[in-house]
Amino acid sequence: MTTPMVGVIEKVKTWARVNSPWVIHFNSGSCNGCDIEILATLTPRYDVERFGIKLQGSPRHADVLICTGPVTLQARDRLVRVYEQMPEPKFVVAVGSCGISSGVFQGCYNVVGNIGDVIPVNVYVPGCPPRPEAIIYGVVQLLKSLQN
Amino acid sequence: MGAEKKPEKFVVSIGPQHPALKEPGHFEFAVEGEIVTSATARLGFVHRGMEKGTESRTWVQNLYLMERVCGICSAVHAMAYAQGVEKLAKVEVPPRARAIRQLIAELERIHSHLLWLGVAAHEGGFDTLFMLSWRDRETVMDLLEAITGNRVNYSANVLGGVKIDIDEVKSAAILKGMDFLEERTRHYMKVVTEDETFLGRTRKIGTMTLEQALRLGSVGPTGRASGVPYDVRVDAPYAAYQDFPVNIVTDTAGDLEARFVVRIKELYESYRVIRELVDHMPAGELTTRIPRRIQEGEVVSRVEAPRGELFYFLKSNGTDMPERIKVRTPSLCNWGSILATAVGHRLADMPMILAGIDPCFSCNDRMILVKRGNDQTVWTWEDLRRYGIEYYK
Repeated sequence: MTTPMVGVIEKVKTWARVNSPWVIHFNSGSCNGCDIEILATLTPRYDVERFGIKLQGSPRHADVLICTGPVTLQARDRLVRVYEQMPEPKFVVAVGSCGISSGVFQGCYNVVGNIGDVIPVNVYVPGCPPRPEAIIYGVVQLLKSLQN
Repeated sequence: MGAEKKPEKFVVSIGPQHPALKEPGHFEFAVEGEIVTSATARLGFVHRGMEKGTESRTWVQNLYLMERVCGICSAVHAMAYAQGVEKLAKVEVPPRARAIRQLIAELERIHSHLLWLGVAAHEGGFDTLFMLSWRDRETVMDLLEAITGNRVNYSANVLGGVKIDIDEVKSAAILKGMDFLEERTRHYMKVVTEDETFLGRTRKIGTMTLEQALRLGSVGPTGRASGVPYDVRVDAPYAAYQDFPVNIVTDTAGDLEARFVVRIKELYESYRVIRELVDHMPAGELTTRIPRRIQEGEVVSRVEAPRGELFYFLKSNGTDMPERIKVRTPSLCNWGSILATAVGHRLADMPMILAGIDPCFSCNDRMILVKRGNDQTVWTWEDLRRYGIEYYK
């Protein structure tokens, strides 16, 4: 294929990706606080579905992995597996203080570390838990970085 | 050839990452056609070792750790812990602080029950109710944010009292919010008891009799829907429940519909008691001084979380760190009821039955090691892993 053609296809792909990112949510040991805020972003007050963001059940259909919580010994293998099942290109958003630094759970014996220790993370959203607006902002930052 | 073929059972495994619930848990349902013949749950994905973690933190630091046992019912965890520490230190909490604690706990119950109503409706394929109840839930989230400064994990409790106060403006906002929510809740009551399609998913599904509930040790709304007349707020009042009592709500049907009805009626009770609290808020101090080192002793602290009885055991050795903290959360008590009631139902009913107890994984993932004979006392991760694989084979 000629080079200009490849460029056009890539542009179309990026346009499609930015306009309808499908996300999957995985809780690797969080206290549930971030998870209910992620769920709140889907409901009428915040409603991210109007931006084409859709919560997906299967990792094989997802573009963005939203993780919450520190990573526990039990959930680590699962987190890696879910990440590996996602098709390329894939992006990870770590929501909450625990995903950044293990938060209050630092030093608990079954916590192996933060999400960045286990899988590569693109965007961190700080807060305990972050407000739904902050989570939306985090996803928007990711989408902006894709456009460039 | 000709040998009798052993009937094979087909096992449907769900999880730990699954679309239905937002937390990791693994379930295996053996099915015969559509009918579930046995159910197993495998928990522990969110086990972090918090009870052990408390032993290396001070009493004050632990308040913030215990609050994060569960993000949905964070205030009751902090309250149960703080009450236990105050009992150990023999400190009396001022009446105003106790009333504010109750106020926050009841607001939290509203947020938790509305959250559950939405999630349970979603499991039943009724997404309109999910969206509507979560939209209305934002009212109580706004109130919690206005009062405490955070939507989740409010940190309203401190050892010896509370750190937030209620003024005229906030009281008016609370009363207005309660009026709106009460009207909406009446509508939801109508929906869950009259909507034919929804009743098809809830009526006579997952029925648990009173005997079963007592035998399985069900607590909270799950038990009360089967007629277990037990509510810590009524049977052993704490905070200000003595002065601002709530009425116990029970039902006899024991099916999913009854669990909906009990939780919605509890919402009415919460609205009523919150109005009373706001109107008759006692005046006075918000905190009392509490020593940094807590005197030696053991204490049990119980509160009624949105999901049922929450039990804390605290042991102090006289230093600024606890010697042992044991938490027993209501979700753990209710798991048995799912595994017992699931059998005989269709596979499609499983999400509803699972959601029926309002499960919360982050507070129930525990590790218990039962010592048998001359077992070695220290298990490595490899040992545990092997044990787990063998156990679930």
